[in-house]
Amino acid sequence: MINASLTELRAALDAGKISSVELATLFLDRIERLDPALNTFITVDRDGALAAARAADARLAAGDAGPLTGIPLAHKDVFCTEGVLTTCGSKMLANFISPYDAHVVSLLKAAGAVSLGKTNMDEFAMGSSNENSHFGPAKNPWDTTRIPGGSSGGSAAAVAARLVPIATGTDTGGSVRQPAALTGVTGIKPTYGVVSRYGMIAYASSLDQGGAFGASAADCGQLLTAMAGFDPRDSTSLERPAEDYSRELAAPAAARPLAGLRIGLPKEFFGAGMADDVRAAVEAALDGYRALGATTVDVSLPNAQLAIPAYYVIAPAEASSNLSRFDGVRYGHRAADYRDLAEMYSKSRAEGFGAEVKRRILVGTYVLSHGYYDAYYLQAQKLRRLIAQDFQAALADCDVIAGPTSPTTAWAIGEKSDDPVQMYLSDIYTIAVNLAGLPGLSHPCGFGAGELPVGLQLVGDYFSEARLLNVAHRFQQASDWHLRRPAIAA
Amino acid sequence: MSLSTEQVRRIATLARIELSDADAEATRGKLNGIFGLIEQMQAVDTAGVEPMSHPQDVAQRLRPDVAAEPDRREAFQRIAPQTEAGLYLVPKVIE
Repeated sequence: MINASLTELRAALDAGKISSVELATLFLDRIERLDPALNTFITVDRDGALAAARAADARLAAGDAGPLTGIPLAHKDVFCTEGVLTTCGSKMLANFISPYDAHVVSLLKAAGAVSLGKTNMDEFAMGSSNENSHFGPAKNPWDTTRIPGGSSGGSAAAVAARLVPIATGTDTGGSVRQPAALTGVTGIKPTYGVVSRYGMIAYASSLDQGGAFGASAADCGQLLTAMAGFDPRDSTSLERPAEDYSRELAAPAAARPLAGLRIGLPKEFFGAGMADDVRAAVEAALDGYRALGATTVDVSLPNAQLAIPAYYVIAPAEASSNLSRFDGVRYGHRAADYRDLAEMYSKSRAEGFGAEVKRRILVGTYVLSHGYYDAYYLQAQKLRRLIAQDFQAALADCDVIAGPTSPTTAWAIGEKSDDPVQMYLSDIYTIAVNLAGLPGLSHPCGFGAGELPVGLQLVGDYFSEARLLNVAHRFQQASDWHLRRPAIAA
Repeated sequence: MSLSTEQVRRIATLARIELSDADAEATRGKLNGIFGLIEQMQAVDTAGVEPMSHPQDVAQRLRPDVAAEPDRREAFQRIAPQTEAGLYLVPKVIE
């Protein structure tokens, strides 16, 4: 059961082979046994999960079950969950019991999914390794001395270790795709505006987007479909007809299912920065795609190099504004000792925020301050336009863009945490996609040295999520990288 | 471009984050590293390029100016550090 696909779980639940309560209990017991070594969960909500599971069983008995009714999942602790601790990985919110549900949480509750708890993450979604969590690093199930990636490290690692079949995440600069790649699972970030940000604690509002983790593209498609949709409470939510992102997956497997698909390979993504073992796995995967009928074409993203500096202006700027609400007044951490209001603010924030969050707030404050806005923030927004235009030009010559998700496999805990810039450079392949607002997916495509997973990133044009999922799905029908599991999940 | 300790202090005041002397020095070093990265942007000529804040050309949606939310003050204030009579308590600011 722990390795069953969503389709298999659905069939078992519908046939009465297992109840929602039994299924939830199975995963909850597994979490209790295995998570102490992995630290993927910040909060496990056994009572809430079993109550939701009982409600799901009632729906099943009444013939009122939907695709996700009774299916266990976990939420990244960035999503507000009513009555349940919502920490955002930070000391600032270590006592925050949310009084409301995020839109994504409401949707999944209404679908009858059973949330087992809240997963570990880099504080306020700022990080690429899950080491910036107030609650300790999450561990990579493939090698627990290594990071699972970030910021959605807990969700990715929980799915990889089969502590939960699917999990939600958020992706601002790669925080779903990169941990998916480093832990050997599939993860998708949709087009900006597809998933509501209401109740998703804000980091960088023009970049943040909710995403889905699963063991396969098929499972990601089901979760994404349930998460997506217009929400009037999110001012950037897009009004578009509802979509079934799995709709192309149903077509029967053909001999050359990707015949006619042109895969663009940006030369900037295949340059010197990629580790040799990552390159080997990615090249082999591209051969796999060619065997399925796809052709590859060289494309270029000339301004790709500028994505990192542009992001590290825009995201911190927006974060400095978003995190100004954490002032010890209405919720969250308040300092114990202060002489006046100004000190209450500055001590509460100094105590509540970790070092990386403080750094990014300071960078953001500086680039938005008088005299610097044009030189930094405005310049970065112009580069953003150039980067988006690069993608459009490349997508004129191909249907999807492919490349490595991460320049290396998972590194050791502590290896990069001393130098922020070194950590930032690990986002090189994912960050431009957020700046452009395009959908991106990572799926397992092989292993590097030390049996560490390698992920392949697929990027499509706006609103091409169904195609991205289908492309990955056809690869997964003809290969078994996504079925490999760490020893802990054997 | 390199920040002085004085500049770091000024930014920390703007950001309302207390910074000890020791922290200010360590932070200055790390911030200068980050600004070194950001400087790479300055080499690009962006004359005539429109800044982009949103991938889809959308305008802010408007709604009627009518109160539509239920009163949830009690639930919201239950988790507040200090409240009284429906108000959030903070140190006095007016002498």
